[in-house]
Amino acid sequence: MAKHSVIKTAPEKFKADQIWTYLILLPVIVIMLLPVLYVLFHAFKPMDELFAYPPRFITLRPTLDNFKRLFAMADTSNWPVTLYIFNSLVSTVCVVVGALLMCAAAGYVLSKKNFRGKRTIQRLNQAALMFVPVAVAVPRFLIIKQLGLMNSFWSQILPLLAMPVGLFLVQQFIDQLPNSLLEAAQIDGCSDYGILFRIVIPIIKPALATVAILAFQSAWSSVEASQMFIDSEKIKTFAYYMSAVTSPTGNTVDGQAMAAAAAVIMFVPNVVLFVLMQSKVMNTVAHSGIK
Amino acid sequence: MKKIKDLLNRYSHWVLLAPFLACFTVFILLPVLCAVGLSFTRFDTVQFPEFIGLDNYISIFTQDRDFMQHVLPNTIVYALAVGPGGYLLSFMLAWLLSQLSKWPRTVLAIVIYSPSILGNVALAVVWGVLFSGDSNGYLNRMLLAWNVIEEPILWLTSPQYLMPIMIFVGLWSSMGVGFLAMLSGILNVNPELYEAAAIDGVHSRLQEIWYVTIPAIKPQMLFGAVMALVGTFNSPGMGVALSGSNPTPQYAGQLIVNHMDDYGFLRYEMGYAAALSVVLLILVWLSSRVAYRLFGESDD
Repeated sequence: MAKHSVIKTAPEKFKADQIWTYLILLPVIVIMLLPVLYVLFHAFKPMDELFAYPPRFITLRPTLDNFKRLFAMADTSNWPVTLYIFNSLVSTVCVVVGALLMCAAAGYVLSKKNFRGKRTIQRLNQAALMFVPVAVAVPRFLIIKQLGLMNSFWSQILPLLAMPVGLFLVQQFIDQLPNSLLEAAQIDGCSDYGILFRIVIPIIKPALATVAILAFQSAWSSVEASQMFIDSEKIKTFAYYMSAVTSPTGNTVDGQAMAAAAAVIMFVPNVVLFVLMQSKVMNTVAHSGIK
Repeated sequence: MKKIKDLLNRYSHWVLLAPFLACFTVFILLPVLCAVGLSFTRFDTVQFPEFIGLDNYISIFTQDRDFMQHVLPNTIVYALAVGPGGYLLSFMLAWLLSQLSKWPRTVLAIVIYSPSILGNVALAVVWGVLFSGDSNGYLNRMLLAWNVIEEPILWLTSPQYLMPIMIFVGLWSSMGVGFLAMLSGILNVNPELYEAAAIDGVHSRLQEIWYVTIPAIKPQMLFGAVMALVGTFNSPGMGVALSGSNPTPQYAGQLIVNHMDDYGFLRYEMGYAAALSVVLLILVWLSSRVAYRLFGESDD
């Protein structure tokens, strides 16, 4: 008789036949994980371990020295590193909040309202999913210049606000909400604004969490504005500062350690956010399909 | 006052759409149109753009030897390896993960996803050290110790190694949102479908994947494909960052994006750079057509 092999996706607990899956996954996991671990270990290595020969992968006596030197080094330049971090925080918060509000409002309208031009906008946005920002770096630069946003803090924020992927995910998520729910609110005299803020936004929190993560990633690691639109050091971001610090010093042992420390500062908030919200993210991307 | 309120309620859909539409138009739509417009001009950012018709495109395809010999082939090789390659890999990983129970699955999903966050940040720190050209580089030291090589290899500045390394790093950091979408798509396939398929004579795992899983998660597959595309074409200057120079050594790792930066921001030939970005956008669009053909339900 033929072997009966109904897949059990998402099994409840460990079974012996999963060993094969683990064995196949093992090398991939190792390759994915080693560079990440390397950065983490390297950032916390004390001097003597950095110069150890042959180099050791694991850090035996973790210290914060590299972070201290990174911060001290900034003090010798004109602006303290905390200023760059502050700039990054402000611009990131603005981008995340702005993108969330925009995506929620536009997603609600595109999903639940009927009006002329709606289908066109939906199609435009779907086409913009494959928008590649670096491809239009030149015209973007010219537009920022024309708008008088050169050297303005806004150039850190405005270009990142419109997120086609964010709108797409939010809209797909709102598509799942029953119309009757919104109609009931309408009958009770709720305006569209009321429906959006009191009903839709609270329900679509998982989708918003996902958009928040994506917006956070793009803003927190953005160097475009600091590199191309802004001359004044005092409104540049930490991501830019990091790339500036690490590239000239990158080839010394010392510079690598500071670069690793900076990478940890860039990387850890992202991962923490993702770990905290991963179930919401999974819930959202389940509705991400393009039909 | 009342009038304004009435208007706000009457056109609430446009009011709510306006912020997004404004940003979308100014920073996405307009730059694309602007690139198309500028691509027909000669423009050095100082003088007003001068209309020169198709000259930029003609130069790209007939006179720019670097473009035809290196940049375009590089871009296509890199895109094919990291795009479809990374896509297949993320589907396989997603499927394998879906066979595990909740806790290990979640942890491993985070592990696989995390390089896509570390991505560009890690370029200098990790890969610079691993592939460093002197005998202190991890890879060189290992190979020297095992007597595989006699002299340290200049991994990042030798033309023949730069591209493979870029592809490897590109694949490593390609498991992003698309991967998560496919994973959650597979997890949400209705189990009854598999039972029905088994009754209909589907016996092996491969058959199950081919006849049940993939058709069931087609929409997520398409989303994943589009994300893979964007990720591939949006990895700016990896070759430049790794090798430390633009143009990269003998144009070995030069992609259209780098070529564009080279002309736009180093030589200030904005019109030519704009024509290059139009070529890139067309490439992205063509590849997305392929993805829609494969996984789309309607042809639009």
